Amino acid sequence: MYRYDEVDQQIVDARVSEFRLQTERYLAGELPEEEFRPLRLMNGLYVQRYAPMLRVAIPYGQLNSEQLRALAQIADQYDKGYAHFSTRTNLQYNWPNIADVPDILADLAKVQMHAVQTSGNCIRNTTTDQFAGIAKDEVADPRPWCEIIRQWSTFHPEFAYLPRKFKIAVNARASQDNAAIEVHDIGLQLVKNEAGELGFAVYVGGGLGRTPIIGSLIQPFLPWQHLLTYLDAILRVYNLHGRRDNKYKARIKILVKALGPEVFAAKVDAEWQHLKDGPETLTQAEVERVCQHFIDPDYLPAQADAEQQLAQLRSDKPGFDRWLTRNLTEHKQPGYAAVTLSLKKVGIAPGDATSAQMRAAADLADRYSFGLLRVSHFQNLVLTDVRLEDLPALWQEAKEHGFASPTVGTLSDMICCPGGDFCSLANARSIPIAEALQARFDNLDFLYDLGDLELNISGCMNACGHHHVGNIGILGVDKKGQEFYQVSLGGESGSKASPSIGQIIGPSFSEQEIPQVVDTVLSVYVQQRQAEERFIDCFRRIGMAPFKEAVYAKAD
Amino acid sequence: MPKLINQQAELVADDYLWLEDLAQLPTDEQQGLLVPLALWQQARAELQRFKRLGVKLASDEFAELIAADLGKFSLVAIEFPKFVDGRGYSTARLLRERYNFTGELRAVGDVLLDQLHYLKRCGFSQFALRDDQNLAHASAMLQVFSDSYQSGVDQPQPLFRRRQLA
Repeated sequence: MYRYDEVDQQIVDARVSEFRLQTERYLAGELPEEEFRPLRLMNGLYVQRYAPMLRVAIPYGQLNSEQLRALAQIADQYDKGYAHFSTRTNLQYNWPNIADVPDILADLAKVQMHAVQTSGNCIRNTTTDQFAGIAKDEVADPRPWCEIIRQWSTFHPEFAYLPRKFKIAVNARASQDNAAIEVHDIGLQLVKNEAGELGFAVYVGGGLGRTPIIGSLIQPFLPWQHLLTYLDAILRVYNLHGRRDNKYKARIKILVKALGPEVFAAKVDAEWQHLKDGPETLTQAEVERVCQHFIDPDYLPAQADAEQQLAQLRSDKPGFDRWLTRNLTEHKQPGYAAVTLSLKKVGIAPGDATSAQMRAAADLADRYSFGLLRVSHFQNLVLTDVRLEDLPALWQEAKEHGFASPTVGTLSDMICCPGGDFCSLANARSIPIAEALQARFDNLDFLYDLGDLELNISGCMNACGHHHVGNIGILGVDKKGQEFYQVSLGGESGSKASPSIGQIIGPSFSEQEIPQVVDTVLSVYVQQRQAEERFIDCFRRIGMAPFKEAVYAKAD
Repeated sequence: MPKLINQQAELVADDYLWLEDLAQLPTDEQQGLLVPLALWQQARAELQRFKRLGVKLASDEFAELIAADLGKFSLVAIEFPKFVDGRGYSTARLLRERYNFTGELRAVGDVLLDQLHYLKRCGFSQFALRDDQNLAHASAMLQVFSDSYQSGVDQPQPLFRRRQLA
């Protein structure tokens, strides 16, 4: 992973000093709340329902064990001994004191971490596939490009006061898109042209929230050298022309939609002509420098009988077999696999981890995966480089620490924002919905029979729980001060071929009704599906009508 | 009265007279004048006689509107109606980097101490502060960062190019 040099460290340390001075002024009453607000937001600090919330950046989801231990230490020292992994692969503390935040940031800086631009109307943490660098079908490793974007976007002087927040995601696989790039302000797809040169297909104006839109392709092949100048051009057009009169219409997607993607693309191109070949043009030397941080670890040769032994163990131990079936991901390196450590244990808020679990995951990473981990936007941890012969031991340890729920990719592996229990933006709670659903659908055979099924829950329109792109999406809404839940079907984000936004099934439901509604939806699927048809494919074939009919059928 | 500082957080004199109405045009042509864009557009002939002329852009008045006239101005002021309106950062860079404006570039309006660093990087040379804003804090905020990743008006070479030279 990327390691800071002296200048990187100096820049992050300077940020800590700056925020310390700002916090002192705020606490001394010299900086009004209104002026402090954007400063604290750009340092990850929200004021939430019950307490401040600090969001720590985990750039493109990559962590080492030392960093995870430091995060655990912060949870113990400044918070209540746990933290929450978010859908943007960041980490959130729910109970810090404002006065402690400069010290927390200083502790983070010691392990090359920060909370820079994790909130505010600026360029946020760039995300990518949790299996970046180990997937078989990658065009190139996306992580060096994410790091190059991280450096370019960090304290970008021109784009700190954009009309609204701005999110960039990078995908490098041809067949799959775990980064959901087409629902980002900018989505970058690594591609090669006919000459075999590397570049990016650039999508712009996708997003969830109040107005869910799939991004438009405005540049099918941008040679890699021009990545930053082209990003500068997009951001400049947005900074100057994006709406600032209404925060609900301020995202770039509204501008792209208003102008039309062709006109928007032409404006970007006109701007880019001035910036192209300028100083921000990337050099081979810089790309090589950054790529050096992401070279493969020293893999050991595969043992000849590893697969065979594993097969034997699988047939002996059904639990092990289940875990491997759901929680293991294929690796480009023979003899290795990636293992998802599930943070979806029934009864615990999705994405939450205790400090003990964080330390345990750090130990597992050290023992089994070169000391490295990833955070996925599904709010799980991933050990990317596990030897096949270590899997039985890892399984035992993962079970001891509550990481072994064999449900990755199933209904039970739901994405869920913190919701009304923590977040001041939320219209409704989301964690109790997740818990009720996990409790109702806890039969593994049933979950496996349903197969791959993404159920996503957001407590409000801001869609941190990605409900629009869930095969089943649940959105908390406020009706005259009461919590209600709107259900949508047919969203999908993982596939490259057919990302889609879910359709709302009809009038919303009470909290108590939701498990039955989901049950009915699943029954329709089970009755109507053909052979191995996934939920999403079945929905696309039969449409909304049968689901709607069943869900709203009255007892009479 | 706002106070004006430079990039070193030193107080500087504001010797430009703010003029919104041609009726108040001074007789002394040595007097510096700062006028809104609309006044410049309607009274170019009268205003051009003044040796030191400044124009003020509102946040939705972009650099290209004055690009052809920049040689006539020794000062351009860019208004921040609210500090969260970040259009002026782009306008400043365009004036400096695309249109090669070398006169004074002044940030006016809702200008906060904590933005001075970014404003400076985008090419502003003067900042109009409120009377209650503390100069020591301004100085501190201008000095926190000794290096930056991106290209800017203050340092055209991005860090990655300088790293290769080191």
